[in-house]
Amino acid sequence: MARVRIDMKAGADLDGFRKALRALVRDGVAPDDVVFAAEGAQDLFGEPFVGEAPPVALPRVVTRLIADVVCHRDHERYGLLYRLVWRVLHGERALLEVASDPLVCRLARMQQEVRRDIHHMHGFLRFRRVVTKGGVTESETEGSGIEDKERFVAYFEPGHFTLVAAAPFFTERFANMAWSILTPDGSLHWDGKELVEGPPARRDPAAAGDGFEEGWRTYYAATFNPARANPKLMAQHMPRRYWADMPEVAAIPELVSSAPARVREMIAREAAASPKRAPEKALQKMREDRPKSLQDLNALIAASEPLVSGATRAVLGEGPLNADIVFVGEQPGDQEDREGRPFVGPAGQLLDRALAEAGIERGSVYLTNAVKHFKFEMRGKRRIHQKPSVSEVKHYRWWLMAELEFLSPRLVVALGGTAALALSGRQVSVTKTRGRQEFPPFAGFLTVHPAYLLRLPDAEAKASAYRAFVDDLRQVRVIAGKRREAA
Amino acid sequence: MDEKLATKLGILADAAKYDVSCASSGAPKRKAGKNGLGATAPSGICHAFTPDGRCVSLLKILLTNYCLFDCAYCINRRSSNVPRARFSVEEVVRLTLEFYKRNYIEGLFLSSGIARSPDRTMEEMMRVAKTLRRVHGFQGYIHLKAIPEASPWLIEEAGRYADRLSINLELASGASLKTLAPEKNDRTITHAMGQMHERILEARDERRRFSPAGQSTQVIVGADDVKDAAIIRTSARLYGDYALKRVYYSAFSPIPEASVLLPAKAPPLRRENRLYQADWLMRFYGFSADEVADSGEDGMLALDVDPKLAWALKHRERFPVDVNCAEREMLLRVPGLGQRAVERILTSRRHQKLRLPDLARLTAGLKRALPFLVTPDHRPVSLIDRLDLRQRLAEPAQQMSLF
Repeated sequence: MARVRIDMKAGADLDGFRKALRALVRDGVAPDDVVFAAEGAQDLFGEPFVGEAPPVALPRVVTRLIADVVCHRDHERYGLLYRLVWRVLHGERALLEVASDPLVCRLARMQQEVRRDIHHMHGFLRFRRVVTKGGVTESETEGSGIEDKERFVAYFEPGHFTLVAAAPFFTERFANMAWSILTPDGSLHWDGKELVEGPPARRDPAAAGDGFEEGWRTYYAATFNPARANPKLMAQHMPRRYWADMPEVAAIPELVSSAPARVREMIAREAAASPKRAPEKALQKMREDRPKSLQDLNALIAASEPLVSGATRAVLGEGPLNADIVFVGEQPGDQEDREGRPFVGPAGQLLDRALAEAGIERGSVYLTNAVKHFKFEMRGKRRIHQKPSVSEVKHYRWWLMAELEFLSPRLVVALGGTAALALSGRQVSVTKTRGRQEFPPFAGFLTVHPAYLLRLPDAEAKASAYRAFVDDLRQVRVIAGKRREAA
Repeated sequence: MDEKLATKLGILADAAKYDVSCASSGAPKRKAGKNGLGATAPSGICHAFTPDGRCVSLLKILLTNYCLFDCAYCINRRSSNVPRARFSVEEVVRLTLEFYKRNYIEGLFLSSGIARSPDRTMEEMMRVAKTLRRVHGFQGYIHLKAIPEASPWLIEEAGRYADRLSINLELASGASLKTLAPEKNDRTITHAMGQMHERILEARDERRRFSPAGQSTQVIVGADDVKDAAIIRTSARLYGDYALKRVYYSAFSPIPEASVLLPAKAPPLRRENRLYQADWLMRFYGFSADEVADSGEDGMLALDVDPKLAWALKHRERFPVDVNCAEREMLLRVPGLGQRAVERILTSRRHQKLRLPDLARLTAGLKRALPFLVTPDHRPVSLIDRLDLRQRLAEPAQQMSLF
């Protein structure tokens, strides 16, 4: 005969169970000596329990199981859970690992049923847009001056006491909407900030439809493939108990009954190919849609959003279209980004000087960058240049190669490692491979980026590096000249 | 919803229904900001099931069903006479948001016929995703069907907004592609997959956003004469080379206005089902493509038994296995034992010796597993040598009931 009776609140009374559990453990009450009674239960035997007790340390898997199983409708749930806790505390610490144990097996099944029920609510609940004067609760409109308010209301009948457990899904997902979920066990109202619990509700048979329900039914019907009809499988996944509140299921009878005829018709109907539309023409037209000139390509680049962070605009290449030499830098800097032109900042000015010394006229060459946008990070009021990542460089490579195809220069000069990466598709060491290169399909040359010269701290190193750079440019001039003569 | 939009929705959803790669799983966990809408669920959520037993998770539509291509298996091919329609970017955005707010869908699955040009089409699809994310703060799932012929920079930009990009292979052999999809090219497709794979890896390294739920593909089964073994090997190669998240198999089904090049008959649903099971064995059960492919006869998977059982029947010498001491790899090969059951067996047996009643609580497939298992109270030695074992375990050999 049970010694202790514990009254539990209706629904998923996790707090009540926690409180009871602590006291029962403190008093060492065996599972057989306790009865958990739902609110209002009449079997009055044993002593009602009172008092506070210290927390009980339990493995996390056990507390998680408890939180789930208290939502189950089975009236034995609290008793079964207490039996489990008792055994866990009396030598069977790892009891939940023994999935073959009958009690564990039964509780695991209950847990699974609760979780499935929550999952069903997440999937099968349907909101309906309702416009109200002032919304559902009065306090929302008090003095706010708002008249019409949009609220999304759903009626749902969960299989277990899962309304509260399912709620975080809705608050996270429909954060900026006002919504209410009504169930026979209680209701929840969300205004964008706060979740308020309300009393049980009934389905309102007069609830107005929503202008999108019809469209949703249309979609649902259209996405069904009659050649695969399998209504049994559908019913297995979508239990009938939810159908009453799902607008789309109204389409089911007609879809199922018309399916065989639709399939017969499809199989009977032979193709009526229309010979008018010849593939060659269509394909040709499709091919012609690629950028046809450098101007087209540049328009496309200018219209695209930067793939690096920062950049106010794309900095396009500049120079005569029939230039023998194309110089490829890394990416525009602060000044280039402001002016929208390549090589106008300090490094560009240094390049100008070196070009002049090497006997190359700036106006005769084409200057462009591997990456078309300035990548930077704000530090205070300054825009600090950030090196583009390998994949960013590779991304821009498609544009660069298309650009070069339009220019078809005799020689492509990579200024620095990033440019070489963009041109060759792989990492290249400038110091090791400086000089002549192949950047298929173009003849190439690799040298340092002028910005590198600016960064050298030591004046002597700077001077000698500059001389080497000018020497490289002289070679570039010679190679390009020879290639022109050969051609 | 106005009537014109509803009509378009009907046409463009109908046109999209033959694409089965429509899961909403694998996206990084996200939730809406203060003024945003939407979240992702780790394993995706089905919001409804249609009478074909398939799940509705995403709003699956085409941007347009006008198409320049003439692929025989496709209802939207140039030479078919289906009604045509075209959504504007804004219409797709609006439909997605309104449906999402009513909890009808997890997000959007957008594909398209190739109208005008691959680039124009890809750009519009990208703009749909971009508008949803940028203008409406939409955090739900977005899957775009990339167009392999489109310029790489457009696909790259699309990858910033989409959770998943995918490219359909459609036919498992280059030869079939040539006959049935003359404008398509298997090299273009695999090249685009390769590029996509590379972008995904790089973005992950650099912690940038690019198609975080990876890429998938679809192969149509039964439209050509390619054998199961070849399909399985193709899948294995795709998983290996491009780290695809999923290869979907779609039994070719009769379509209105079908091309004369195609078989006009019921879809091979059982075959599709067996291919999914075979795929599962490769991804989760440690089977190699060759092992799975060889479990059938003449390059075709058995239809009367599932591929795992077919393999076990061909390798009877490796059974029965002892539930209480067999290794995980071997337990996973026991017909009737799923991954979950195997994990539960492994943890449970650390605490107690498992007998039949214990096993019955751990798996629903015990009946099928019995001939292949040993427990202290069960020794099926004679069963394994029975000649009629296959007949006893096979499902009735017939096409799944259609109606």
